[in-house]
Amino acid sequence: MSEILVLIDHADGSVDKSSLELLTAAKSAGTPVAVFVGTAEAAQQAAPTLAEYGAERVLVASDPALTEYLVAPKAELLASLVESQQPAAVFVSASPEGREVAGRAAAKTDSGIITDAVDVTPDLVATQSVFAGGYTITGKVVKGTPFIAIKPNSISAEPSQGAGSVEEISFSPSDAAKTARIVSVEEKPASGRPNLTEAAIVVSGGRGTNGDFAPVEAFADAVGAAVGASRAAVDAGWYPHANQVGQTGKTVSPQLYVAAGISGAIQHRAGMQTSKNIVAVNKDDEAPIFELADYGVVGDLFAVLPQATDAVNARR
Amino acid sequence: MRIIAFVKYVPDAAGDRSFEDDNTVDRESDGLLSELDEYAVEEALQIVSQAGDGEVIALTVGPEDAEDAVRKALQMGAHKGVHVYDEDIEGSDALSTSKVLAAAVRKVIEDEGDVDLILTGLASTDALMSVVPVQVAELLGLPAATQASDVEVNGSTVRVRRDGDTASQYIEVALPALVSVTDQINEPRYPSFKGIMAAKKKPLEDYDLEDIDLDAAEVGEDAAYTEVIDITARPPRQAGEIVADEGEGGQQLVDWLASKKLV
Ligand SMILES: Cc1cc2nc3c(=O)[nH]c(=O)nc-3n(C[C@H](O)[C@H](O)[C@H](O)COP(=O)(O)OP(=O)(O)OC[C@H]3O[C@@H](n4cnc5c(N)ncnc54)[C@H](O)[C@@H]3O)c2cc1C
Repeated sequence: MSEILVLIDHADGSVDKSSLELLTAAKSAGTPVAVFVGTAEAAQQAAPTLAEYGAERVLVASDPALTEYLVAPKAELLASLVESQQPAAVFVSASPEGREVAGRAAAKTDSGIITDAVDVTPDLVATQSVFAGGYTITGKVVKGTPFIAIKPNSISAEPSQGAGSVEEISFSPSDAAKTARIVSVEEKPASGRPNLTEAAIVVSGGRGTNGDFAPVEAFADAVGAAVGASRAAVDAGWYPHANQVGQTGKTVSPQLYVAAGISGAIQHRAGMQTSKNIVAVNKDDEAPIFELADYGVVGDLFAVLPQATDAVNARR
Repeated sequence: MRIIAFVKYVPDAAGDRSFEDDNTVDRESDGLLSELDEYAVEEALQIVSQAGDGEVIALTVGPEDAEDAVRKALQMGAHKGVHVYDEDIEGSDALSTSKVLAAAVRKVIEDEGDVDLILTGLASTDALMSVVPVQVAELLGLPAATQASDVEVNGSTVRVRRDGDTASQYIEVALPALVSVTDQINEPRYPSFKGIMAAKKKPLEDYDLEDIDLDAAEVGEDAAYTEVIDITARPPRQAGEIVADEGEGGQQLVDWLASKKLV
């Protein structure tokens, strides 16, 4: 069976859920081969998980330059692996970095790329949702090696044991790729909540919070959700831009999206419209968000959310 | 300091966007300068004014109306405009579009001299082309720093801050480079009356494929690297259940979530 390269995202060897989803997609279309960029120790730690989700081989590239510079070295790595391994396709996560690495590697190998796929069939037909979810497109790469960037949370990761044999590969990026150097990193304080783009539930607040996100956060914590925000809330300085959902923020596709005090502007919808279930709490019964809501409560979020939080806690 | 700002003409996000019968995006309908590109134009203007001298060249690839996007950039203060249009470009996908942009940049360098920086906005609002900026950088052999929330040019390097989910990164790139900026970076200016008048006299070059020395076989639908199989308008979501809160709204909400096994 033909191999599919999967670029793994991880934090010191703990593998992102989105990468497991990629392995599952790769398994349905061929033999998953994990491409792991990081130290040998981190790779040892990750290998059992990667194997559990179907990786037959785990190719480890540990040249430090791969992580000291932005994007270009990893793109060279993928391009060189496309050359040496002749895979049937390359899957990456549709994160900003994943897209860019794949975009550059596709240009290097004169290959087509499909980004933001929400599904991939065994014969590599990808489904995309565009124009704020208004249209669904299916398409295929017809030249070169298909590069497909898959949106997190679109495919459910299924365990399926693979051999997971670890192979160190010797690869050093060229000087030309070592140009955008990461000189320093400032960690942000951890919120303790799930990662916005990977969370199964997202609870977002908008201008209707009037700057008080406490009821939004309390409900989010009761249901184990990540917290999102509309641009109006971010622009007002009430919540960090990293939490913004929408066209100029994050695209999320959780099992459940709760919009509280958010009107549902098209640019906001662009970031959440593919959520499986949408709930709206808004005091204006004509707010456009209700057009997409599977369930809506017309009311004051400062009354509805605290009561809902208590009701969730009471179920325990 | 010579900066090229990529500007893009996009269907108006507030209007209805659609596909034409031949599966290409309907770009004839009401469009404008992508709002996200205004941040790139603004940043370019600020960098040039800080440098004390230099020029901003606004470059677009697109149908005849796309000239409006360049015009708007000139009104904001860009010094020159370049509009690449050729029938053969229609239907180009991401990589082919990147090839046109890269060839256009080479042409600008040939005519005007070296370019220090290429600035672009975030992924275009029509989302099918989010990889174009990095592909252009790749084709031109330039480093790229994307998603900049802050850009500082010091002599021959540019320093960029990128705000991620768990950390902010500081990146240093040697010029020439390509940098894409977010909507957090600045507050784009509105064209002044003076700016609007002045724009009418600014140079605006029209190029076709021959001018930028690109073979028509490399672009357009036939050269596309990807093929659209099918497009379907998403069925409108089934109208949901909407209740008015009469004191029990929170409880009702949780009951519904429980019925769907979501809590
Ligand atoms: C280029 C561009 C990019 C953009 N990108 C994004 C993006 O990424 N994400 C994004 O979100 N927006 C984006 N926007 C902005 C978008 O157009 C809207 O302005 C924004 O989404 C509005 O945020 P909001 O819904 O919180 O505020 P509003 O539209 O003001 O809505 C507030 C809502 O809260 C309700 N409300 C008020 N008080 C209460 C209460 N006590 N209880 C319950 N409900 C209450 C009101 O009825 C109203 O419906 C973008 C715009 C542009 C031009």
